[in-house]
Amino acid sequence: MSLLERRLIRETSFGLAGKLWRISWTYVLLLCALAGVGYAALYSAGGGSSEPYASHHILRFAFGLVLMLSIALVDIRFIARLSWPAYAVSVTLLVLVLHMGHVGKGAQRWIDLAGMQWQPSEMMKIALVMALASWFHKASWERMGNPLFLVPPALAVAVPVVLIVKEPNLGTAVIVAAVGAAVFLAAGIRWWKVGLTAAVIGLVAPIAYGHLHDYQRARIITFLSPESDPLGTGYNIIQSKIALGSGGMWGQGFLQGTQGNLNFLPEKQTDFIFTMLGEEFGFVGGLAVLGLLALIVLGAMGIALRCRHQYGRLLALGIGMNFFMYVFVNVAMVMGAIPVGGVPLPLVSHGGSAMIMVMVGFGLLMSVHVHRDVEFGEGRDNP
Amino acid sequence: MKRELKRTGVFTRRALLLAAGQLGALGVLATRLYQVQVIDGARYATLAKTNRISERLMAAPRGRLLDRFGVTLAGNRSNWRALLVAEQTENVDGTLDNFARLVPLADHERVRIGREVRRHRRFIPVVVRDFLDWEDMARIEVNAPDLPGILIDVGTTREYPFDSILAHVIGYVAPPNEEDVVEDPMLALPGLRIGRAGVEKYYDLTLRGRAGVAQLEVNSVGRVVRELDRQEGVQGQDIGLTIDSELQKSVLARLGDESASAVVMDCRNGEVLAMATNPSFDPSLFNSGVSQAQWIEWTSNRRAPLINKAAAGLYAPGSTFKMVVALAGLAAHAITQTERLNCPGYLDIGDTRFHCWSKGGHGLLDLRGALKNSCDVFFYEVARRTGMDNIAAMANRFGLGVKLDIELPGVRQGLVPTREWRMAQGKAWNIGDTIVHGIGQGFLQLTPLSLAVMAARLATGRAVQPHLTRTIGNVLQPGTRPEDWPSLDLPERDLRAVRDGMWQVVNEPGGTASIARLTLAGVQLAGKTGSTQVRRVTREQREHGFKSEDLPWEFRPHALFIAFAPYDVPRYALSVVVEHGNAGAATAGPVARDIMTDALTIDPVGRREPPQRVAESITPGAPGRDGSR
Repeated sequence: MSLLERRLIRETSFGLAGKLWRISWTYVLLLCALAGVGYAALYSAGGGSSEPYASHHILRFAFGLVLMLSIALVDIRFIARLSWPAYAVSVTLLVLVLHMGHVGKGAQRWIDLAGMQWQPSEMMKIALVMALASWFHKASWERMGNPLFLVPPALAVAVPVVLIVKEPNLGTAVIVAAVGAAVFLAAGIRWWKVGLTAAVIGLVAPIAYGHLHDYQRARIITFLSPESDPLGTGYNIIQSKIALGSGGMWGQGFLQGTQGNLNFLPEKQTDFIFTMLGEEFGFVGGLAVLGLLALIVLGAMGIALRCRHQYGRLLALGIGMNFFMYVFVNVAMVMGAIPVGGVPLPLVSHGGSAMIMVMVGFGLLMSVHVHRDVEFGEGRDNP
Repeated sequence: MKRELKRTGVFTRRALLLAAGQLGALGVLATRLYQVQVIDGARYATLAKTNRISERLMAAPRGRLLDRFGVTLAGNRSNWRALLVAEQTENVDGTLDNFARLVPLADHERVRIGREVRRHRRFIPVVVRDFLDWEDMARIEVNAPDLPGILIDVGTTREYPFDSILAHVIGYVAPPNEEDVVEDPMLALPGLRIGRAGVEKYYDLTLRGRAGVAQLEVNSVGRVVRELDRQEGVQGQDIGLTIDSELQKSVLARLGDESASAVVMDCRNGEVLAMATNPSFDPSLFNSGVSQAQWIEWTSNRRAPLINKAAAGLYAPGSTFKMVVALAGLAAHAITQTERLNCPGYLDIGDTRFHCWSKGGHGLLDLRGALKNSCDVFFYEVARRTGMDNIAAMANRFGLGVKLDIELPGVRQGLVPTREWRMAQGKAWNIGDTIVHGIGQGFLQLTPLSLAVMAARLATGRAVQPHLTRTIGNVLQPGTRPEDWPSLDLPERDLRAVRDGMWQVVNEPGGTASIARLTLAGVQLAGKTGSTQVRRVTREQREHGFKSEDLPWEFRPHALFIAFAPYDVPRYALSVVVEHGNAGAATAGPVARDIMTDALTIDPVGRREPPQRVAESITPGAPGRDGSR
């Protein structure tokens, strides 16, 4: 037993104070800053009032923060054991929502639970990362070369993606697929398989397009040429660009954004909250928010790299990737760079369950960080 | 451990690769943000402003025109119509195509709508279709989602219950042109009309009111978020006219098929009770634009239906002018009431011979007799002695050749010549000119309206002005009492002599207009005939037994008649001009008699007092100032 291993064993059982000491408070501070940006934006979206959005937002964030810190203290090995049960529950909920969830904006995405409306797809994203991390936890480089070993996790990705597409929620499905792909990549899938998968998707995509809902197709068409139908699906994007553009370099000033406050801006408190910020604080403000988001994304990656066990590494990387995908899809969407899909900006947009699930994710991330050095089945293959 | 290190190494490399990719993607977003916000910022900022503020005009209802008893002469009928707000649809043609599938639109309607959409600002609604019935409205409402920009509202359309009977007085409204809209943006609102003739034009601003303006902050779907500013409009005021619609109707009927006009006034205060011109036209045809064919028909008609002949037709007054000559002669002491002059049938001045209408002459006549027989030679002589400038001054005192204060556009002043006027033309005034003006010929050009004023002033000796307005916005206007009008300051005995002569014209045997005698018991009419040549009668024609009836219509003389009644307590004064009606007595006399009979029978002035305030009004908020003055 080497010195290193002895230290690992010694540190498997540190007390509550030790765990709190190991929490990255810098990272928690970054999250609080982002939630503060959200508070300001929602205060403006509420017409210069903390009602109806901002006060709820900050209450929910406070709840989420407590939840996150609580999860951070849970032993990562215990969490790892919950991976597949969580996945099973998520898939069940996804199936349920297809049959009995209620329809909002033309899609069955929501399910009522504990007085809140939940999108099972939000939960799915985290559960999928947990399940994949658990599967690849003990997989050696050689084992990753065995195609049969990759079939079960590939199915684990495909099942929720198909279910979410059926809701229909194209944006989230793409995010789930991308997060799954990132975990596969980090787990050591061979490059040629990555190339092959990309080629297959390239061939299948046009066929899949034929099976898309009309509104999904319309979004893609609108994306390619938003000015073609300015009052239809292109409306949101054009109005969003007008609002961003009227912000200019320095912005209209806090609470001075005309477009958002006059409801030219659609769904300004949810999907288009970034536009609101861009109009009021200009390019400089938008860049600052992007910088903050980038720090959070890179911080998650840093936690992954610092971790000493594969489960933690993959989990942290998957959660970071999930957050990044949220940010990228949302911001690109409001600038008209990719088709619109109901993807909020995490911790900034108004919306209950999404924020809770994001904070649960960050709780897991922080648990990885707290338990970065614990002994957790290193070096052994699955039987 | 080796395998573990291999795995960790792969993870680290790939994680760093992913991180780099994420950072790169966020960098691309930042670049894109710079493009949208900074490089294209100005363009989007302009779009943002136009997104935001919308001005909305609120039309004021046009005031009504009422007769002296409150009968509506021009009113507003509600009109359900479909409007198009170009701002609220991206595809005007598509919306109209869908609309036409529900309610057919003719090609020329499409052209008109397209023109108006281009002409107006995009938030101004344009009328797509007027006078929708319930079925059409239901169809449009049900299909509203396919008709972005279409809305249904109720507007008003001008309606003239008496249509052609009062067309020349009331006038008409028509769509405004571009200059009008520049002056008053309210006129751009759909269906709004501007007064183009008659009282509608004269009182256009009073009737129109002023639009209210609301500056609205609107959101993306055009829904109002809040009002930034509001200026209340002013409602159009109702105007009560002096016209009695009942009398007007019968006067027009009395004109029959002639190209003629007649004015009936209350001679004590100048209220115009009837002003009729025949032929007339339907004023509501102007409401939506007159067709080319109709316009050509009107303008090529030699009986000129569009011209208000009563106020804008000019005629030589002929013998109806002789009272003025007589009064001028009396005032200038050129003649006395009893002086008798001999009429041998002609008067030689220099080497020119002026004929009397009676070939054999009238013999010795005093002033009354000369009026009764309408002797030309007598008035030639009076005019010669009095001089044109004295005659012109007297004519002006009777409202002839001067501007009259009547509330109509296009009223012509006419012409009573003076020596100065002639000299301004670079010509000399000859004595012969004075002679012919003694019998109302020559350069004299007068309107039937001014002749009615003359009759009224002869009857009362007061300088009444003809007017059409009794109330504005329920407030009684000054001028209804005789005392409101100044005296003419003429000796009463001079006036009485002239009136006596006019009485004899009608009521004495041998008077030139016995035909005009009233058949009403105890009421007598005083009047004077007039016939004026349109074309000079040559000596040759005179010697060959000239008959004006044989001439083509447009060369026949005009027939005129002026009168007032009752003789002893004058109440009504009138003038009648029948174009190319030959002799005044034969053609205009009976018409005048019948009109006067109607006036005395209907008796709009004495029968019942018109209400001081008009009973009901569409403008409940009209100012409640004290009506009397």
